[in-house]
Amino acid sequence: MNDKVLMAHGSGGRLSHDLIEKYLMPYLANPVLNKMDDCATIALNGRIAFTTDSYVIKPLIFPGGDIGRLAVCGTINDLATSGATAKYLSLGLIIEEGFPVADLERIMSSVSETAKEAGVLVVTGDTKVVDHGSADGIFINTSGIGVIPEGIHLSGTRAKEGDKVIITGTIGDHGVSVMAQREGLKFSVPVESDCAPLNGLVSGILSVSLNIHCLRDPTRGGLATTLNELAVQSGVGIQIYQDKIPVKDAVRGMCEILGFDPLYIANEGKMVIISAPEDADSIISALHENRYGKDAAVIGEVTSQYKGRVVLKTGLGASRIVGMLTGDLLPRIC
Amino acid sequence: MKYIDEYRDTELGKNLIKRIAEISKRPVKLMEFCGGHTVSILKHGIRQLLPSSIEMLSGPGCPVCVTPVADIDKAIALARRPETIITTFGDMIRVPGSKSALQKEKADGADVRIVYSTRDAIEIARQNPLKSVVFIGVGFETTAPTVAASVMQAMNEGLTNYHILSLHKLCPPVMKALLLSHEINLDGIICPGHVCAITGARPFEFIAREHNIAAAISGFEPLDILLAVEMLVNQIESGRHAVENAYPRVVHEDGNRHAIDIMAEVFEPSSSCWRGIGVIPESGLRVKDKYRAFDAEKVFEIEQPVSKENPACICGDILRGVKGPYDCKLFGAACDPGHPVGPCMVSAEGTCSAYYLYGGENE
Repeated sequence: MNDKVLMAHGSGGRLSHDLIEKYLMPYLANPVLNKMDDCATIALNGRIAFTTDSYVIKPLIFPGGDIGRLAVCGTINDLATSGATAKYLSLGLIIEEGFPVADLERIMSSVSETAKEAGVLVVTGDTKVVDHGSADGIFINTSGIGVIPEGIHLSGTRAKEGDKVIITGTIGDHGVSVMAQREGLKFSVPVESDCAPLNGLVSGILSVSLNIHCLRDPTRGGLATTLNELAVQSGVGIQIYQDKIPVKDAVRGMCEILGFDPLYIANEGKMVIISAPEDADSIISALHENRYGKDAAVIGEVTSQYKGRVVLKTGLGASRIVGMLTGDLLPRIC
Repeated sequence: MKYIDEYRDTELGKNLIKRIAEISKRPVKLMEFCGGHTVSILKHGIRQLLPSSIEMLSGPGCPVCVTPVADIDKAIALARRPETIITTFGDMIRVPGSKSALQKEKADGADVRIVYSTRDAIEIARQNPLKSVVFIGVGFETTAPTVAASVMQAMNEGLTNYHILSLHKLCPPVMKALLLSHEINLDGIICPGHVCAITGARPFEFIAREHNIAAAISGFEPLDILLAVEMLVNQIESGRHAVENAYPRVVHEDGNRHAIDIMAEVFEPSSSCWRGIGVIPESGLRVKDKYRAFDAEKVFEIEQPVSKENPACICGDILRGVKGPYDCKLFGAACDPGHPVGPCMVSAEGTCSAYYLYGGENE
């Protein structure tokens, strides 16, 4: 076998089979996939959540993860925002000719480990190879299917006046760790991406509270953009407190130097939770028990004032509107 | 976090605000010179915490913003040259020229690269000996020394493919021009902290001496700015005028001698055109003849179109403090940070961008 992916690996012929058998199946094998039919057949009961996302991050491997882990986590987390328990994933690979097989194996190994951690199966997939220059290393698409437990009805439209706003941990870790890796910015920042599957964390909080109204993962656009979306969808105001928002020193430091605001930096392992105020404490306790929720904090509340807007109370006690991200802070971070 | 948290301390901040409110008797107009000041003032909500007697105006201290369209067009013309790599700080690539912008040229195939330091530009020149590497030098006294140092390094190394387009500008002359124009009657000026870190306080003393206006040099954290405002109000209320230093941890009386010497080795003052203000004598920096081989304007024939600004954009008035962002018809409508019409909306230090991001309906 070559140590690089060749055009012929995407031909559909013998080399394609080789690639799949030797470098993909060992990481993904499960009874549904092993049948090698053109489509997966699965049985599910109840309300189904279904989502898809494409991953084009640069660099492919970054502190705390790689495109493989990201591609699994991103889709699982999108499912988790509906309260769904993720069950099955599809995996589509678009590989640039000449891509090192060793990197492909590392990425597939991450896909495998992350899927195992989250308890999901990759049941169908596709591999294409494109000419050198037609892609940048590898692009991945994953779709996911999950089942929503009885009685769970989460939506961005359900935030109510008086609700508490919770973030499950420090913000900006993913964006900053990726940014520090970029060419020309040789920062050595002791921050790893927070990229993580949050289905366990979400089922944990759903088991302690039936009064969770909204869940959303603040990825591109960061916390500020996600809160704005929720404020608009629910037709409410959201007030947050600067000194309650958890941010790692290294993230703050790099943002200070480069003129970024952590509120707009992407996360890949965080969830915004909006819940009835009486359940906030038990939700925080449940979050603190999970490895991905140890820095969780209540950062604000839903108000009837400022409908459709997010207002930040600064450390000095002033308040200002926090808008959505405009322009591109940094392309290709997920 | 060290060096940040202590200058954002809530209690100290509230005390300063209280003191300012106590001493401030008559209405005053203060200008914060720097875009960095404007951002900090809005981001931390300082405007709304100050007593209503204090009006804060934003000044021309944003290097990208004061770069005239003609100079942006020059950079674009250079980007269109074959076998040329343009290196620049990030903000510049989005500033609209007459018809294009560096980022549009990049999309059309020009080699335009964002760097964070002139050292990166030098490295690119080393790695691409067959191409011309041009660094777009935009900035005040704060950045000019690093650009000068890169030219000296290129000379030492014999790096003949490295060039700079010097669009640098100097702060004291523009302040003088603003004060002489009498368009705005200022009572006090918050002087640029990081420019003064290089120049020292002396070049700004004319503000107090010749114009009888209060001045304070400030850093960029909320407590720095509040301390400077307190100094200004104190001076005004007691009828004194001086340049006081509210940023002593960074700004020293004599500035940074080494940086000044490096700047003087490579550059000499020249008249320069400021967007919205016009040509101001001795307010720019051109490359000295000794280093002409590194001066993009001398080395390349730059074909320049007749430059044109969008007539509806009032960046010029905003830079002079005559108008504010909310006076502009384009603000938030045709012009936002995603689709900027003028430079004040592009730069992270631009007044319009700061008002758009942090000013929202809070006052």
